[in-house]
Amino acid sequence: MKKIYLTLPVITILLLTLVSPVLPANKPPAKGETLPVFNLPIPKSSTEKGYLGLSGDGFFKIPQIKTKVVIVEIYSMYCPYCQKDAPGINELYNLIEKNPDLKNKIKMIGIGAGNTSFEVETYKKTYQVPFPLFPDKDFAVHKACGEVRTPYFIVVKINDDGTHQIVHAQLGNYPGAEPFLEIVLKVSGLK
Amino acid sequence: MKKIIRVEMVLISIVISMWVFIPAVYGASDAFKENIYKVGALKPVDSKLNVKVGDRAPDFTLSSVSGEKVSLSQYRGKKNVVLSFVPAAWTPVCSDQWPGYNIIKELFERNDAILFGITVDNIPTLFAWTNQMGKLWFPVLSDFWPHGAVAKKYGVLRSDGVSERALFAINKKGTLRYVDVHDINNRPPLEDLVSALEKINKR
Repeated sequence: MKKIYLTLPVITILLLTLVSPVLPANKPPAKGETLPVFNLPIPKSSTEKGYLGLSGDGFFKIPQIKTKVVIVEIYSMYCPYCQKDAPGINELYNLIEKNPDLKNKIKMIGIGAGNTSFEVETYKKTYQVPFPLFPDKDFAVHKACGEVRTPYFIVVKINDDGTHQIVHAQLGNYPGAEPFLEIVLKVSGLK
Repeated sequence: MKKIIRVEMVLISIVISMWVFIPAVYGASDAFKENIYKVGALKPVDSKLNVKVGDRAPDFTLSSVSGEKVSLSQYRGKKNVVLSFVPAAWTPVCSDQWPGYNIIKELFERNDAILFGITVDNIPTLFAWTNQMGKLWFPVLSDFWPHGAVAKKYGVLRSDGVSERALFAINKKGTLRYVDVHDINNRPPLEDLVSALEKINKR
């Protein structure tokens, strides 16, 4: 009987962890830290799979993307600043993709805080966003990221041994494609 | 054994409180900086609808932020109409909802529909608040005086004087075809409204 009661707390914690695999944080991800643990769905589109170097179905974690640096934008279809910055963020993607030295070293993704799949698709279509966007309908990733205001940019460096670290994080204040790329190159050591 | 049960209760409380009591900001845009007043979790719905799908939509005339008077009846026979009531300026969720509608003008046009945003705030407040959203393509109407009269007519005026977060879609005949009095704490998913508009436009 005692054994049963001893195991109850453990079972409870395990169950809650299984139901809610993403734990909330009380502050935004910052430079020097690792990313909070969360999964994103592997895109269905073969173009997006190819872009991220992923295959199959199921879920992935950002450090599994086959590249050296990932720029993550936490945005929302409902956020005026995200909307205003969207063309400039697309320009950043184009700058990277047009540069043969950077093309495979830097990848970009967006996570739509509180946005459904339909809302993510609407945003993607409206602004012709060329990089993969992921819905975060229930704010799970947003909570794991300390409920940041949007847009929030996180630059993640992925090391050869599979470990990673955040090398830059900023709330809003997007300076434009070229200055932002300069920041990314500098903090990630690609320059 | 009682001690073990107590330990378990504490652990459960800790884990649950991590989810429940962390303040939610609903993905607030940095466009509003620190100016959004946190209202906390509210009673999801606090009013009783006076209308239902199939009813003639009650007519009204309200002033818009840009200065003109807008009557629902002037669109009869011309446009499908969506009324988006949001509870109050400078509050979470509300501050996010209309900027989203602002980028989907084409979805409304495709369904021959016009959108009206309505709150019970006065015009100067609505002017300052909507300015933070960028230039809105749809009229924003003030149901300030007599206070919340239109919200009351539709049955979406809450007991504290703000309106519900409610969407009404009205066809060109002036008949209500879609009503969503949403949980005030959450944003209505866009797909529900779009799908309702597509159905109205097909009829």
